[in-house]
Order: sequence, then C-alpha cells, then structure tokens
Amino acid sequence: MKALAARRHHRFAPVVLLLLALLVTGGVYAAFAPSPASADTASTEDIETGQKLFQANCATCHGPSAEGSDTVPSLVGVGAAAVDFQVSTGRMPMQMEAPQAIEKPRQFNEEQTAQLAAYVASLGAGPAIPTDEQVDAALGDPSNGAAVFRTNCAMCHNAVGAGGALSEGKFAPALWDTSERNIYQAMQTGPQSMPVFNDMNITPDEKRDVISYLVEQREGSAGGLDLGSLGPVSEGLWVWIVGMGLLIGAAVWIGAKSS
Amino acid sequence: MSDNQNSTDLTKQDGHDSLDRFQDPGIPAHKSRMADRDPKAAKRAETQVVILFTISIIGTIGMLVAFFALPQNTSIAGIRTANLIIGLGLAFALLGIGLAAVHWAKTLMSDHEHVDERHGQRSSDTVRAEAVQALTEGAQDSGIARRGVLKGAVVTALALFPLAIAVPLVAEVGGDWNVSKFRHTLWKPKMRLALDPSGRPIKAEDVTIGSAFHVIPDVSEEVRTSHEWISEKAKAIVLMVRLDPRDLKEAEDRKGWSYDGIVAYSKVCTHVGCPVALYEQQTHHLLCPCHQSTFDVADGAKVVFGPAKRPLPQLPITVDDEGYLVAQSDFLEPVGPSYWERLK
Repeated sequence: MKALAARRHHRFAPVVLLLLALLVTGGVYAAFAPSPASADTASTEDIETGQKLFQANCATCHGPSAEGSDTVPSLVGVGAAAVDFQVSTGRMPMQMEAPQAIEKPRQFNEEQTAQLAAYVASLGAGPAIPTDEQVDAALGDPSNGAAVFRTNCAMCHNAVGAGGALSEGKFAPALWDTSERNIYQAMQTGPQSMPVFNDMNITPDEKRDVISYLVEQREGSAGGLDLGSLGPVSEGLWVWIVGMGLLIGAAVWIGAKSS
Repeated sequence: MSDNQNSTDLTKQDGHDSLDRFQDPGIPAHKSRMADRDPKAAKRAETQVVILFTISIIGTIGMLVAFFALPQNTSIAGIRTANLIIGLGLAFALLGIGLAAVHWAKTLMSDHEHVDERHGQRSSDTVRAEAVQALTEGAQDSGIARRGVLKGAVVTALALFPLAIAVPLVAEVGGDWNVSKFRHTLWKPKMRLALDPSGRPIKAEDVTIGSAFHVIPDVSEEVRTSHEWISEKAKAIVLMVRLDPRDLKEAEDRKGWSYDGIVAYSKVCTHVGCPVALYEQQTHHLLCPCHQSTFDVADGAKVVFGPAKRPLPQLPITVDDEGYLVAQSDFLEPVGPSYWERLK
C-alpha cells in the first residue's frame, strides 16, 4: 500500500485510474444490463412508449392501429422479429416509394426499436426476436447450412451470399454484412419479396446452420481475387476487357519495330 | 526465280502492267535502331534485358520460398495469401523470361531482313516416273490382282474394323434410348411431399401464407443416397407455396389440384430446364435464374416474361389422413423443356 501511495503523483497515475474506472463501469454494466426486450418480457411501459413512437413515425402509412391498407401491409401478427429486422436495418421507416425498401442508417436506437417491437408484438402473436444462442454461428453446422442455403436461398442471394437481381428494380441483398440476428429474422418473417421460411420449413437448428455457413463466407474465397463472387458477369468483363486488352497490347508491342 | 513463277510473285515478267496489277514495292530500306548506332543505347537495352531476367529469377525464388515457408492449411486468409504470392511468383517468373526474350530480340539481335526464295513443289519428271514405277511394281509383286480371296479378306477386314470403335461410341451415347422416362417422374398417387434436402414430410398446416417450400418426393434415406437419385430428383423437384385463396386464379379443370391455397409446381423451367426458384412472395412471380423467364404462380404458373413457351407443369396435391400433403398422381404432362417426342 505504501508503494502505491508513494506513486500517487506519478504522471501515469490518472491514466491508470481512468482505465480502472472504465473497467469497473463496463463490468458492472455487463453484469446488470437489461437483456434486450422481447415480446415476453416487455413491460407495459415499453408498449406504451412504443405505441407513441408508432403513432408519430409509422401510423401515416400503416394506419393508427397498424391495420395497413390495400398497398401497405398490416402489422397485426407480424411479431417483434419483423419490426426488429425492418427498423434495425433502417429499411423502415421507408424514405420514399421505391420498388424496394433499402438498407440505410437506422433511425431509432436499440431501446426505441425494442419499444416499437414490443408494441407491435402486443397487437397479435408473431415470431419473437431470436435469442443469442439461436443465432450463434459457432454452434451451427456450416456444411448442413450450405445444403439448406443451396436449396432455399442461393438462387436469389447467390451461392456465397453475394446477392442478385430480381424483377423490376428489386434485388436480393448481399448477406456478408448482415448481422446474424437479422439473417435469422429475415428467414422467419420473409420481408418484402422474400418468402417466409417458418420453423417447420427450415427448423431453428437449420437456420443456425445457415447463419454458420454465411459467417464462414465473410472470410472470402481462398482463391485470390473473387471479383464480387458474381460469376460470369464480372469474370467475363475482366477477361474481355483486362485480359484481352493485355494480350492485344502484348501483340502490338511484339510486332512493333524497336526505335 | 525466272523459271519458278509462283503465286506469291505478282509482278509481270513481260513488262506490260495492266491496271489491276501493282508493282511490288519490295522491302523498305533498312533503318538502323538506336542500339545499332549508339553503344550507350545498346548497353542500356542490355541492362533492361538483364533486369527482366532478374525479375524472373526473383519470381521463381519467391514462389519456391512461399511454397515452403507459408502454411497451406491454416485459415482461409492464410491460404489466400499463400495462393497470391505463389501465383504472383509464377507470373513474374514466366513473364520475365517472355518480356526479356522479346526485348532482347527487338533491340539487340540482328534486325536485317533476309529473303528466302520459295521453290516449286513439283518433283522432276524423272522422279515422278520412278515413283509410279515403284508403286506399280509393288502392286504386281503383292499379287493382289491374281489372289481374289486375299483381296476380299483384306477389304472386309479393313471395312469391318471401324465398327469396333463406332458401335460402342454410338451405343453409349445417353446410356439408354428409353425416351419415355422423360414423361414420368418419381411422383405417384399418395406419395408424400418432403422437404429438400432434409427429407422431412410436410404437413399442410405448416405451409403458412407467403412461405416457399422446396419439395422432393418422400422416399427412403436409401433411395436418397443412391446413384440414380440425383437424376430422379432433377425431374421430380417441386416448388410449393401457399397463397391467399382470394389471390389464386385456377382453371376449371384444375380446381381440385390445390389444397386450401397451397399450389405445387415443377421447379424445372420449360425453357431449357434450369431450376426455377426465385420466388417473389409479394407479386407471386417465380423467376428462372438462367434466362429470366417469369411465371405467375397465382395464375397457373403461366409465362409472363422471358423465353419459356409453356407454363410450369402443376403437381396435383391433397392431404392424407394424418394431415400430410400428398401427390394425387404424377405430373400429367412431361416436365422440363421440349424434346422431339413431346406431343405439344
């Protein structure tokens, strides 16, 4: 203790203290932080705040009681998972009428998103937000995930999740930057053009396998330049423009006389 | 040259040039290069060639070092780095030699044009006569004109032998000639619909509105791991969706083919047979990834866009006592693209 007291005026002392303080605060927060709200544990207060947020931001299109209209889907029974997916990826609130609501910076923070989700979940039973264990890629089997992905997802999202075009300006987005929770929710709720893959179609375990496969794809390909993994389009462009260009250039150089 | 007037020489010998002939301009005057005139330039070119060869040497050594030094079986990023360095090393090793050789030849080796005259290919009359003589003597010596049986035997043997190659070649094409199997798939009455790839049978209540199910026939694990399965599966694959019955337009004769808004269609495109599986649940459109043929699932899978000519064949379905979805029968028309023996 004496040694400590003697060094209390050392010039690094404030830095050490600050680090200690941060560590303690972080540790205490991690231990006591409220788990993300889900439909089961949401308090009535959350639901009420969520309702207010809904009235202010969503009711213009979805209607005052989320009943929807001819062109706008009803939110009764879509569940907390759908709200969390749409709002946490910034797809909702929509910026403008477009073929597809696209991902953009989120407008609501985590707490507000949870409150909105709690409100919508209170309107009718629907899929809840998956638990951390359900989306833990380390627990999944990537090889089975690849088989499920190939059959159910690859035709739109590309064999390694690079995304692809649909009709009339719609597209299936790339999945490399999508969070594990959002991937799970997308399968569960079928946002926009995407069909629903409910738990009887792709079981929760299989969903986790798919996530595990997709997380593996984030490391990229072992074969060097993958050109966006888009197959013949980018590879053809590369071969015809760069490859052929180099060959023609070499032929011209070989044929030209030295000065 | 004068006695070997050949086609590459366009000048007329008699001096009367007609309008459609032109005078051979001959080889342009030789121009000496910088390296020919200036020893310094020659030295510079030599250095450049040496540098190019050195790049090749460094490339080869670098590739060998990377091959032994970099671990090949760690992470994907590690394998990628190893591949990259080995690939670049190989590229520079070969490119260095190629560029150096070309540069050397262009700048330092002699660039004086030499002309090699081409000579007529016809042999002299004496040689030709001798050749004919030798052939005739050979034919007489073999006695083929006298020995009729021998002649017949050799002709027959030579004529028959190609069959030993041609017959297996033609007979092996496609394995067998049973065209009728294109008309049928594994589906038969009361066969359950199962999930691809797990093989779990599907209950009607599990197919919620907006879902897309990728379906295979419910067969044993043994069949699913057999060699024939992959070609049977390729014909039998089905995409099943459930629509709001209000959205569903059904032809009169197909009213009984769906179950409570659940419809099942062949997943094999009627254009060239790609798996049609891009389902947009909001528009009920089903897209083919190969040529963008688009089918309207809500309206008998008729073609709304693209090169396909026929709607996707529909699999008539119903449920059994336990609530599982089952096929009423096989497809009532051949699945997939047109072929010669197809009636329509």
